[in-house]
Amino acid sequence: MPPLELLFQQALNGLMLGVMYALIAVGFTLFFGVLDVIHFSHGDIYMLGAFAGLSVLTGLAAAGAGTPAVALPVAFAASIVITGLIGVAAERVCVKPLARSSPLMTLLATLSLGLVIRESVLIFYPRGADPKPFPWLLPQGAFDVGGVVIRYDNLAILAIGLAAMVAVDRIINRTRMGAAIRAVAQDPEAAQMMGVNLDRTVDATFFLGSGLAAVAGILSGLYYSEIHFIMGVTGGVIGFSAAAIGGLGNVYGAILGGLLFGLVQTMAAALIPRGSEFRDVVAFAVVLLFLVARPSGILGAKSVERV
Amino acid sequence: MRATLYHVSRRQLLAGGAALGLGLRPFRGWAQKPAVKLAFIGPLTGGTASNGLGGRNSFQLALRERNADPKAKYRYEAEILDDECKPTVAVQAALKASSDPAVIAGVTHYCSVTAIATVDTYHKAGMPAMVWGAVLPEITYGHKHVEITRVNGTMINQNNVAADFAVKTLGFKTFALVHDTTDYGRAHAKWFSQFVEKAGGKILSSQGTAKDQKDYAAELTRAKADKPEVLWYGGLTPDGVRVRVQMEKLGFRAQFQGTSGIKSDTFNETAGPSAEGTLAFVEGAPTEKLPGGKKFLAAYAKAGFPEPSEAYGPFAYVAANLVIDAIEAVGPDRAKVAARLKRTKKQDTIIGPVEFDEYGQNTVPLISKYVSQDGKWVLWEDSEYASGKRTLPGLKYKKM
Repeated sequence: MPPLELLFQQALNGLMLGVMYALIAVGFTLFFGVLDVIHFSHGDIYMLGAFAGLSVLTGLAAAGAGTPAVALPVAFAASIVITGLIGVAAERVCVKPLARSSPLMTLLATLSLGLVIRESVLIFYPRGADPKPFPWLLPQGAFDVGGVVIRYDNLAILAIGLAAMVAVDRIINRTRMGAAIRAVAQDPEAAQMMGVNLDRTVDATFFLGSGLAAVAGILSGLYYSEIHFIMGVTGGVIGFSAAAIGGLGNVYGAILGGLLFGLVQTMAAALIPRGSEFRDVVAFAVVLLFLVARPSGILGAKSVERV
Repeated sequence: MRATLYHVSRRQLLAGGAALGLGLRPFRGWAQKPAVKLAFIGPLTGGTASNGLGGRNSFQLALRERNADPKAKYRYEAEILDDECKPTVAVQAALKASSDPAVIAGVTHYCSVTAIATVDTYHKAGMPAMVWGAVLPEITYGHKHVEITRVNGTMINQNNVAADFAVKTLGFKTFALVHDTTDYGRAHAKWFSQFVEKAGGKILSSQGTAKDQKDYAAELTRAKADKPEVLWYGGLTPDGVRVRVQMEKLGFRAQFQGTSGIKSDTFNETAGPSAEGTLAFVEGAPTEKLPGGKKFLAAYAKAGFPEPSEAYGPFAYVAANLVIDAIEAVGPDRAKVAARLKRTKKQDTIIGPVEFDEYGQNTVPLISKYVSQDGKWVLWEDSEYASGKRTLPGLKYKKM
């Protein structure tokens, strides 16, 4: 394959990764924007989203409703609701009671919750230790554009990811709840004085962020055709790093950070000699560079609002 | 009537008591046997848990059988520890087992990364440890510790057979290698490369990846550009599944070949139809074809374990029996047991005769070739690929 085509092919691989990272990163950035909280079990919530999606798909297939046109929308909707509610519960258990404690306590509590979620899937999900096959529900063909192979399922995953991002943008910028989220992110006390219900707004934020993680989890299952109970560990670290690169608290920064992280990882593996061994070294070195040179992230400083 | 039925004379009482005493003698004798603890260490959780659970059950079967044997001098108790196939966890498990003086010996490790990480721990503690699944040569050949022995073969023999089979028998000439960067993956890649080149094949590329890496698109896209006839993967099941499935999704048309690390039922279950035609190479023979395989499988089934014994279960069973035999012969003394085990020569077992060389390595290597057929691992010689009814995917692509 000529070098230029190979480069575009790898860029496409990076974009696929980046979309999933971005969806996880948006959750991190929403939680931080509204509550100044780094929710470290968010990666495991993403894993739960994938398992919830798989369970729904398996149930639908058993009930004879396994056709993609029916099963996928139902799986996405059910997984968003289930995972969103779990996210809200996580906030009630690990964040709210520690609101007046040191941020370290919240960090430790959310880390511990992640471990509980992970080990629970390992123990209670049937043969939870093993990787689980995810059904191939998206069209599997491909077409060629100037030597670059583009798969239909990749396009579908990109479209769903993009739709989710647009939906978040609309929710935040065009709805009353979005206005409340923005107001709380800017100044919680002033927002309350203006009649914003803080508890409800926090719940909505956690529901939204966790629901996005569910979308990322199902997309991951559809892309890799396999999910595993430990997938949230790496997903969480990368999602948080992407949010930090983009500028914690800025939704568009999180999207940009996710895409950048995916591209850097892929290009490091593709272009550097023995790069595959160093893909994470390079990607996290970029994170370090941002922390040192631009701690506010790509869009952090430019943002007037923190959401 | 009822009164006569329950009337017991003094004589009857004495006779009954004597009979009861006699009847209990063997039981009392068993209870009075000194207890000896043996450790089993393997991956009981995580991606390779199916192999670990099969090994653990087989180990427990050996202990149960020996405890049921009235001739046994000791009563054997099991200390089961999970190494999660992670070196740090394995070292903790090895420390826990070896620091307990009641544990006389161990049947230890399925994963090479854990076995190599714990070698020195067993040596320092003077605890005999017989490896039951890990194939990295250095586990036995990297030192001369008397405590370490291994009942299964090494990856040297495995890769020699794998390379010769791929190049000389199947006619593949070009290979792209992807391997995890653990000791296991790296060493497999090293030995496979050497034997492929010796057999006349060519390695086009070799890429190391992280263990538990999720995305292989970049590596596979890079390898695909060289148009190899075979994509060879050196690593364990969870990663092997991802490589195989992502290869198919990228339209990477090459034969997929793996090492013993992917030969588990989980590989077929998770990879689904993508698994079809995958090649894997494993030390030993299928359990049912081992000299004592049928007897072992019957006993295993009778014991009612919920998990299958998997490919390396018989090795764990044999390792436990060899350790027990040594304890029966020289007593529960770590140093004497280690010395005795190291001198094992032509010991008859269900996997055939076991004989350790000066490094404690079983010198009777037997490598089996497997192909995934209809969701099951089938011995190559018994497969429809060997009989010509089916064609391996890589051979089909060669003709296209």
